[in-house]
Amino acid sequence: MSTVTSPAIVGQAPVAAAKAPAPVTMAAALNQALADALAADDRVVVFGEDVGPLGGVFRVTDGLAARFGEQRVFDTPLAEAGIVGTAIGMAMAGLVPVIEMQFDAFAYPAFEQVTSHLAKLRNRTRGKLALPVVIRIPYGGGIGGVEHHSDSSEAYYTHTPGLRVVAPGTPGDAYRLLRQAITCPDPVIFLEPKRRYWSRETTGLTLAGPPIDRATLRRPGKDVTLIAYGAMVATALEAAEAATEEGWDVEVIDLRSLSPVDDQTLTESVRRTGRAIVVHEAAGFCGYGAEIAARLTEQCFFHLEAPVLRVTGLDIPYPPPHLEQYHLPSTDRILDAIGRLAWE
Amino acid sequence: MTTVAHPSGTAAGSGLLPSEAPLQLIDADGQPGGNPGSLALPGPQVLVELYRRMVLGRQVDVQCTALTKQGRLAVYPSSRGQDACEVGAVLALLDQDWLFPTYRDTVAILTRGVPAEQALTLLRGDWHCGYDPYQYRVAPQCTPLATNTLHAVGLAHGARLRGQDAVALALLGDGATSEGDTHEALNFAGVWHAPAVFLVQNNGYAISVPLSKQTAAPTLAAKGIGYGIPSLLIDGNDAAAVYAAVRAAVQRAAAGGGPTLIEALTYRMEAHTNADDATRYRNADEVQAWLGRDPIARLEAYLRGQSLLDDAGVAVIADEAARLADDVRTTMNTDVTVDPVELFEHVYARPTAALERQRAALLDELQLEAEAAR
Repeated sequence: MSTVTSPAIVGQAPVAAAKAPAPVTMAAALNQALADALAADDRVVVFGEDVGPLGGVFRVTDGLAARFGEQRVFDTPLAEAGIVGTAIGMAMAGLVPVIEMQFDAFAYPAFEQVTSHLAKLRNRTRGKLALPVVIRIPYGGGIGGVEHHSDSSEAYYTHTPGLRVVAPGTPGDAYRLLRQAITCPDPVIFLEPKRRYWSRETTGLTLAGPPIDRATLRRPGKDVTLIAYGAMVATALEAAEAATEEGWDVEVIDLRSLSPVDDQTLTESVRRTGRAIVVHEAAGFCGYGAEIAARLTEQCFFHLEAPVLRVTGLDIPYPPPHLEQYHLPSTDRILDAIGRLAWE
Repeated sequence: MTTVAHPSGTAAGSGLLPSEAPLQLIDADGQPGGNPGSLALPGPQVLVELYRRMVLGRQVDVQCTALTKQGRLAVYPSSRGQDACEVGAVLALLDQDWLFPTYRDTVAILTRGVPAEQALTLLRGDWHCGYDPYQYRVAPQCTPLATNTLHAVGLAHGARLRGQDAVALALLGDGATSEGDTHEALNFAGVWHAPAVFLVQNNGYAISVPLSKQTAAPTLAAKGIGYGIPSLLIDGNDAAAVYAAVRAAVQRAAAGGGPTLIEALTYRMEAHTNADDATRYRNADEVQAWLGRDPIARLEAYLRGQSLLDDAGVAVIADEAARLADDVRTTMNTDVTVDPVELFEHVYARPTAALERQRAALLDELQLEAEAAR
């Protein structure tokens, strides 16, 4: 267990003599991370649609333009390829752009800039051209959004070599991961689980904790490993708690980094429990969970007591608000899946 | 009646529109051009250097087309015919400025000082970009159309935010003006007042599709007004005009005057690439007519007429060009050793654990192959 990080919610003292931890929302934690990054490094610039005086539609950049000025935090024309494309040029000029795509599905116009340039330029130039760009994307459903506001687009990005893809599951980790992403020399797709923006956690906001590319154990257990990220971390933890009534001792791993993925933490857990379920909101077909299931089968086959299962969204376009409850993975579906895991 | 507050802009002046006829300093016969407009004729030294660089570029370009026939280059999109744009624009840049070229702009990259061997790495196929972009301030040659225009605007704006004096020159073609990224780049540049210059080399065709199927705009330069960007329409086979237009735009940008859009009318004498058959979409008469507007012959005639160049001077430059082309042929005829291990080196700042495993697996594979071959 020595390589597995202790649950981040407990045991992490804030750096220096900070005041006692208070409940903080994920949105506030992200805002603090941006403010601290802007203060720590004058090469950091924050831009996108409505991120200036408005503070972003989710208020994640609230107050930053006033505090750091329009040269550091600014609104752009409404054009996502333009935002990513100019961020590439700004990174070439020595800046560290932290840009926002307003919603998951609104990032698609920027896909060519992300996949053909942002992800590849280091490789294309034999390492001469590094692009430390962070693209923040509020992603996923569960907020009753009308169409195009609830996509889980992670697999598009994880399938692209050269990108790092991360998704925080808690406010404390949102702070830590965003700070880590901003200092990372690689381009990072930073997926923010928008339905958890207002979730609170009593935690100090600190850099101490796992590095950017390591998963973390959120709940130890011995019977089955639940693997989740982003919004599904909380859902998996709820399911794990409910599973105790059935006598199941469920372990929950928060991936944090989707690409690269922390095989070591995953395989150590699954070899121990012998059972694994991957949970995500995105459609299951060719989804991120398929990769995890394949890796676990390859690396843990002789330790498995049952097939690796996936609890995912349906293979449908994201449904309208009144129907999203049928699409999203729920604690009940996770419990059903646990029940199907070849218990003798 | 009260007016309702609305954050609308003010009407832009017609000063943003280009001239109706292309500006020209030297005409197709090597005589002073009839429509110089605001363009200032470059000095004798610049004119001779424009000629010299065009001759050098042309010889290398012809050599590159030959190298495709020998299989030494996987493909080559020739710059021949667009020599004045390639050379004139690049010579108008200062050292601190940046060039954002496309796949057709090999001669521009050579003119910027990138050695041919490095400039041709992409087309030879042993890596993608073969030069250090920071060393020459030349972005990697851009194959996806128009995407480089946004990088140029970002670099220009970013340099200014950092207090650096640098202008970014984006090269694009007529086809690229239909891409959304061009629209976004012009718009961002206009809004940000970015020190960027856009040079559209309008050669009349996007591979086979003629300009008439590309746009309904009166000219491509006329699009500038839609972004609040002043624009120029110039004779793209007149190296003096290209240099003068780009130089003025670069100076204006560096002085805080904002971006400029320049449309240069030109023609590519070769097919799109060696893999294309241009006879399927353009007729011989048209090509012949453009041969008569060759940018090198035109400038040579002018320089001779002005006694700035004589037979001896032409011969010296021709010799230099022949030697350069020979060097390129010799260099490109040398087999390059590629290193499969490098595949894993530059994906991330440090290879991931998965890439380390894949590298080890590939090395095992290679070792087994080597043993089997023994």
